[in-house]
Amino acid sequence: MFARLVYESFRRQKRRKLLAGAAITLGVTVATAMIAVATDIGDKINRELRTIGANLLITPQEDTLDVEIGGVNLKPPSDGAFLNEADLPKIKSTFWHNNITGFAPMLPVSVTLQQDGSTENLTLLGTYFAKQISFGKEEFTTGVRSTHPWWKVSGAWPSDTDNDNGRSRDVLLGERLAARLSAKPGDGITISGRQLHVSGILSTGGGEDDQIVAPIALAQEIIGRPGAVRRVYVSALTKPEDALARRDPRSMSGPVYDRWYCSPYPQSIAFQLQEAIPHSHAEQIRQVAQNEGAVLTRIEGLIFLITLAALLASALAVSAAMATAIFERRAEVGLMKALGAGRLAVASVFFAEATLLALIGGLVGFAAGGLLARQIGRSIFDSQISIPPVLLPVILSIAVIVTFAGSAIAIRQAVRLDPVFALRGEL
Amino acid sequence: MSVSHSAQNVAAGREQSPHTSMFLRMLVRAALLRRGRALAALVAMVVAAAVATAMLNLYVDVQAKLRREFRNYGANIILVGRDGSSLPADSLRHMESVLAGRGVVAPFALAVARTSDGQPVVVAGTDFDRVRQLDRWWSVSNWPSAAPASRAETAREIGHPALVGVRALSVVSPTNQPFDLSFQGHTIHLTPAGTVQTGAAEDSRVYLSLVDFVSWTGVQPSTVEVAATGSPEDLTAIMNQLKQAIPAADVRPVRQIVEGEARVLGKTRATLLAATALIILTAALCVLSTLMGWVFDRRRDFAIMKALGASDRLLNGFFAAEAAALGASGAVIGFILGIGIAAWIGRVNFHAPVVPRFSVLPFVVAGSIIVTLLSAVLPIWLLRRVQPAVILRGE
Repeated sequence: MFARLVYESFRRQKRRKLLAGAAITLGVTVATAMIAVATDIGDKINRELRTIGANLLITPQEDTLDVEIGGVNLKPPSDGAFLNEADLPKIKSTFWHNNITGFAPMLPVSVTLQQDGSTENLTLLGTYFAKQISFGKEEFTTGVRSTHPWWKVSGAWPSDTDNDNGRSRDVLLGERLAARLSAKPGDGITISGRQLHVSGILSTGGGEDDQIVAPIALAQEIIGRPGAVRRVYVSALTKPEDALARRDPRSMSGPVYDRWYCSPYPQSIAFQLQEAIPHSHAEQIRQVAQNEGAVLTRIEGLIFLITLAALLASALAVSAAMATAIFERRAEVGLMKALGAGRLAVASVFFAEATLLALIGGLVGFAAGGLLARQIGRSIFDSQISIPPVLLPVILSIAVIVTFAGSAIAIRQAVRLDPVFALRGEL
Repeated sequence: MSVSHSAQNVAAGREQSPHTSMFLRMLVRAALLRRGRALAALVAMVVAAAVATAMLNLYVDVQAKLRREFRNYGANIILVGRDGSSLPADSLRHMESVLAGRGVVAPFALAVARTSDGQPVVVAGTDFDRVRQLDRWWSVSNWPSAAPASRAETAREIGHPALVGVRALSVVSPTNQPFDLSFQGHTIHLTPAGTVQTGAAEDSRVYLSLVDFVSWTGVQPSTVEVAATGSPEDLTAIMNQLKQAIPAADVRPVRQIVEGEARVLGKTRATLLAATALIILTAALCVLSTLMGWVFDRRRDFAIMKALGASDRLLNGFFAAEAAALGASGAVIGFILGIGIAAWIGRVNFHAPVVPRFSVLPFVVAGSIIVTLLSAVLPIWLLRRVQPAVILRGE
């Protein structure tokens, strides 16, 4: 009888059930989408923040001071220590290698530019543009195009591979340097006795605008030190710094140290980079690393609070729809009570219906919310926002609880009603 | 609330009430008699309006709040003297007047000096108070005091205070003792007041106060860093004004900061917009379903009025007026509540309250009234062809 009551109620009152079900579905859709966006927003914004540039810098351990003013390096090129280019793929061997989105080695060298019989001293910066590197079985592409996304080139980016097949090699000319030399992409220049081909004009808004930027192999050849790298910029996804991050790893006990080591703090990633690359010193670039944490915390906090608001609004919508649906059925309650149904029996019919509605609405809403989150991810962040399936039971139980809570007051009033008034249609 | 009780109320009310217009009386009675349902509808309206107000307020304000966070990244505009020359002496004053409080400027003068054993080191003269505001990520052990007392005498003995980069410290003063630097034959006696660590070029430099630097080297500032607040349009306007005010300087944006900021803000704003739209939609639907239920529930009133000869126009007017009153009062209460929520979110998340925007109020009120009107008129429209007798018979 109980099952039949519930079944018939669904069969005969399609419109009402559809309305209540639609409200639940909509509420769950919004809740699911917002929860999915909130759990993923940190990662997404972190990736966007990487456009501000590398947040870690690796330098040789025993280096002399940088003597650099306005992008012009005054340090003798042979002076100081170097890192070994062959060690760089080891960056991908660290514990947090998946968090490292890219790295770019730099080797500034002094060169002389010969033009129209006159010579001029310039800085040539050797680096990776988008170099194919393999570490173990892993293949990846890295270089300034991923670590320095604000570098703009008119013309073509040079290739990293050494095309030394008789053709002159490709380099980029800084914007201001090019304006001074009135050079265009496609021109040839003579640098320290080498014929080079300008493939593009580079604009960075920084010191590179007065420099020549070339594949690192060319810079190494000019100073006669194959494999030499002056510094490496590493771009990594990090976690905002907290009290644990700032502690000195040497003063930590075993479990605390493990926790520190296995958290993607800028400090612990720097520490691991230092371990991976011999004779190196890795440090966070505080301007980038410190502020990243602040911005990230703010945005995550904001979206979290807004998700709470969204959950509240959808809970309210579901409750309101359920309350309305039950108010409309007072006559039914009166009839059931007049036929001798107890309060418990009436309430359990309504609660069973509510649960069923919540489960159906929850399932449909979860699927719709997943689609909505994906759409948001694709249109705003150009990447996927996926929902962990673990969320399904959580969302379903929230849907049932909210539906119950929404129905509870209305059911209580309906059950307490005198069947006579209800049947006469009063009140 | 039992029937007999409310019936007595009605009777008592009728005896006492003055002969005000029937229309008003019906409105008030309708709300008072079914207090439960009317209250539920009002609560739904208030919550919806509150959430909508809070979201709209945040949407407008978050931009400004996040921009302020981004100013912690430091300068977004750099002025450099053309071809490495120094900037005119009054440029700082010009820049301050252009900015008019919309940002911080810090001058830098740079030179390469030599230590007593001949090592080159970059020395910079700057204004420590300004740098402290501009470059907040500098990890400094102790800032040199801005105005050392009775300089001439004490300076000769203990040296001028200097802020030394952590890497430079091991070269110029490994034991943290006062040290000498020379520039073109002039020597200065410095004492390390504190160290600075940034992970970048600053670590290899020695910073002095601008006054000490200029009197030692005679080199005037050649670079000024500017952290200007405002939208990208404001920034462009500021840059153009700076170019006009100081023609001897190259004015450039710090592209990585400007572009990164624009990207992150744009994405956050878009996410917020999507969330706002979803939440307002949900809230509006909540109001719609509650109100429609309420009006639908009163089809007997509707039938009686019709049976007593009320015109369709009067009926529509009655329910519309009721809905509008509910919508407007809900919106106003919700607006106040929403501003409170927005301020709370601002305080919790940004440590600064969100400034209430009263410009949002008309939109919230108009939106609320539209939603309530829709939810009142829709059931009436559905019932309009039904004979009053059918409703009164309870079918």
